[in-house]
Amino acid sequence: MFGITSVLIASCGFLTLLFVVAYVSNMKRSSKVRELINSPLVYTLSLTVYCTSWTFYGAVGTAARSGLEFAAIYLGPTLVFLGWWFLLRKLVRISKTHRITSIADFISSRYGKSTSLSVLVTVMAVIGTTPYIALQLKAISKSFLVVTNSSPQFIEYVSNNSSWFSDTGLWVTLVMAAFIVLFGTRNIGADEHHPGVVAAIAFESLVKLFALLAVGIFVVTTILLGAGGELLNPGVERADLIKNFTIQEGSGARWMTVLLLSSAAIICLPRQFQVTVVEINDEKSLKTASWLFPLYLFLISIFIMPIAYAGLQIMDQSADPDFFVLTVPLKAGADGIALLAFIGGFSSATSMMIVASMALSIMISNHIIMPVLFRIQSLRLDSREDLSQWLLNTRRASIIVILFMGYVYYRYSVRADALAAIGLVSFAAVAQFLPAIIGGLYWRNGTKQGAIAGLGAGFLVWAFTLLIPIFERAGYSAGILEHGLWGIVWLKPEALFGLDGWDPLVHSMFWSYTANIGAYILVSFCYTANPLERLQSALFVDAFRQSGVSESRVFKRSAAVDDLMDLTQRIIGRKKARELFRKFAESQGSSESMPEPSAELIADVERHLAGSIGAASARVMVSRVSIGEAISLDEVIKILDETQQVIAYSHQLEQKSTELEELADQLKEANTQLTRMDKLKDDFLSRVSHELRTPMTSIRSFSEILLDEKNVDTSQQEHFLNIIVSESQRLTRLLDEILDISQLEAGYGVWKDSHINPHRILKEAIAASSGMAHSKGVEIIDESNIAAFSTVGDADRLMQVFINVISNAIKFNTSEDPYVKIYNEKRKDTFIAVIEDNGPGIAEDDHDAIFSKFGRKWEHADGSGLGLTISRQIIEKMGGEITVESSLGNGARFKIILFRAKDNI
Amino acid sequence: MGDLVLIGENETNIIESLSFLLKRAGYDVAVAYNGREVLEKIREQAPGIVILDVMMPELNGFEVLEKLEEEQLLPKTKVLMLTAKGQEADKKKARELGADKYITKPFSNKEVIDCVGELLKG
Repeated sequence: MFGITSVLIASCGFLTLLFVVAYVSNMKRSSKVRELINSPLVYTLSLTVYCTSWTFYGAVGTAARSGLEFAAIYLGPTLVFLGWWFLLRKLVRISKTHRITSIADFISSRYGKSTSLSVLVTVMAVIGTTPYIALQLKAISKSFLVVTNSSPQFIEYVSNNSSWFSDTGLWVTLVMAAFIVLFGTRNIGADEHHPGVVAAIAFESLVKLFALLAVGIFVVTTILLGAGGELLNPGVERADLIKNFTIQEGSGARWMTVLLLSSAAIICLPRQFQVTVVEINDEKSLKTASWLFPLYLFLISIFIMPIAYAGLQIMDQSADPDFFVLTVPLKAGADGIALLAFIGGFSSATSMMIVASMALSIMISNHIIMPVLFRIQSLRLDSREDLSQWLLNTRRASIIVILFMGYVYYRYSVRADALAAIGLVSFAAVAQFLPAIIGGLYWRNGTKQGAIAGLGAGFLVWAFTLLIPIFERAGYSAGILEHGLWGIVWLKPEALFGLDGWDPLVHSMFWSYTANIGAYILVSFCYTANPLERLQSALFVDAFRQSGVSESRVFKRSAAVDDLMDLTQRIIGRKKARELFRKFAESQGSSESMPEPSAELIADVERHLAGSIGAASARVMVSRVSIGEAISLDEVIKILDETQQVIAYSHQLEQKSTELEELADQLKEANTQLTRMDKLKDDFLSRVSHELRTPMTSIRSFSEILLDEKNVDTSQQEHFLNIIVSESQRLTRLLDEILDISQLEAGYGVWKDSHINPHRILKEAIAASSGMAHSKGVEIIDESNIAAFSTVGDADRLMQVFINVISNAIKFNTSEDPYVKIYNEKRKDTFIAVIEDNGPGIAEDDHDAIFSKFGRKWEHADGSGLGLTISRQIIEKMGGEITVESSLGNGARFKIILFRAKDNI
Repeated sequence: MGDLVLIGENETNIIESLSFLLKRAGYDVAVAYNGREVLEKIREQAPGIVILDVMMPELNGFEVLEKLEEEQLLPKTKVLMLTAKGQEADKKKARELGADKYITKPFSNKEVIDCVGELLKG
């Protein structure tokens, strides 16, 4: 147990530490600090502002009451970051390009920089967030009471009966208001970047994670498993203890709804939009966040079940499960852990309040207060020197207003409600933004009127079905809950149009989304977008495609540079304005400090002002000093189409040129091949000519001798005539072979496929060659075995091959004891005929040459040199192979390999 | 004793007809069946003329010419290229390498014998 003073000191100490972290981070003294602050790690940690005291205290409460429902709150964001990162990336990319300052700015910007939309979204966001801030106030004040005083009766008494003055909640509100005003509105950045705040939030994220893990580890090791086990009361068997730790039956729809809400919330909550989209430094940080953020959620929720379990076991029935995180360690006597838990809860609540109120205050001042102030002529804001002080003050006022709205809500409605129930009301409110955002990102035809109708309808249904019942139950009943609005039964908030018996949250989401999405789509179809809307819609939907279209091309505006300068320095300050204009002048290539007035300059100024005061306000401001008009819709569309056409056209060109390149390569390749074939043909012809001339030479020469020489004796005459005859035969053979090979190559000529037994043909070939062998004195050793083997081919042609190879082996065998050995090998699917001789052999270098045309080089006068070439072509045509194994002096072994016929002919 | 004519040729029938003709014309005849043998016989027997085929084993006619040039045997021995390669490029190459005459197969007996006589005389 702690005294009030020590808890106060601890809290103030913590706030001071936070302040120091923010201050140091804002100084940006060393580059290391800056690097850390801009790092993906700090970015991701800042996202965990999602985990508020709802997580810190409320998750255990939800787990104790409704089991696994609490997990849906963390599963939704996990799914979004893991699976929908492309949506986040698009959001971030667009927001960076258009210098978006808030979710209101985003939606208004998408739908033609509409002022009415930005106001509507701001109002919705403020009202929607109010219960959420109330939740934090409740958590802080109640945890304060719990940690300083143990009596539940006292807590009950204080929280229900205290006067305004003694209400802890009020004091908490005041302290927080002062702190946030000091903390979050120290200066105005061009892009609404708050590195100090981001760093502080990241720091708080570590504190709350550490505290909750500490409580969890304490509960598991000491109470559930350890020495504190005696606190557990096995006798107490709460009926709902076990069933609680499952998804309860019939709650599937609610579970899915909570999942949807939490997924929407991680995008639509104003504070999440602020940290995720506005504060991001580098799009790449999303990559880290996509796994680190889910990991954080996993870690922070890992001990929720054990704590809930321990709480249900050791606490009284009357104890509020929402504060088990505090009460369980207190009951176990671990005061230190309890104080740590209090600081953790305090940390999670303050981080939410800081970011939420800051994000909302930016929206309120940019979209509501400043535009109104500009219209109040008596304030003469137009002519004031520096507006940034005004801007800061409106933000400070907004923060205070927002926090006090939260306090009022807390005091008059939800003191008794569970934390999660309050939070879900907020989730349901901001979830109404989702259709307009998703539609805005992916649906070109969504219009301003559609968005307004959808948002308005959804919000009204939300307020009617969720907000009114809360106030009715809190004792401000007008009987609506029971009897319906104006007594109409169909208008009962929790049973709209007779839809009775549903869980109120599911019921509300069903009707509000039906109204929201229905109105958005229907009304969008009914209205045509104005030029600015068309442009923005194209820029948002095609954020990753279009870079060529800028606003200056669509709007012909002109303004005096002095007026623009005047306006700019009033809003972002003299120094920054000078800098901006000087840079622009530089980009125009001018050495003057003032740029030339141009449509681009006006668009640029507007974009920078949008970074400070939002797109809609910036547009209004700039329009005061510029004249001009939007060009017609047709022209806008033309420009857009043109840009897209140019992109498409250049894409086509690129494709065409690639195709052409490929084609050129193919042509080059074909040309090379043709050249090579041409050369082969030339070689062939030259060889043919040579081969033909050789026998012709003999024939001519001997014929001339016989003609000219009278005194040649008869036997010599006969000898010469024999030579003439045999050379003529050689000539004929040669011509036949040349014809043969050209036919084989061209694929025509006689070729009869049939099932043949190669072995039988081999035998025939051996028989046919025996005469030649005998006359040459070469012994034929036939070791071939009869084998049943069938393949498909031309029997005569195969015979030709065998005879060719065998007769080569006989003809060229110059050995003293010449022989040709023929045998066959048969394997499963192959038949191999082997023809082996003990002739001179063939050098390995020549193995390829003997199979090519005229490859066998003039070694022997007989034969054309085409025989093996023809043989190889025949065998290959039959799907087989012919190979040679030989070296000089060691004979040769030719193998003819045939494969078993697979199919019918 | 007449001049020595060396026949460098691998087709036996052509060798036979050439030897018959040359002997009839009163020359001594030596035969080489491949390029290497041609070189050897020129070195050993220093014939007055060599009738050189181009397409021969071991060394072809052009390679033989290159070797002869290297060994400065050319002025002593005249070269009559006798070949079935009848393209202009081949004739040009033969001339450049130092052949004295180029006759395409199939040849006229008279042309060859006349040519041998001329070359030996000149």
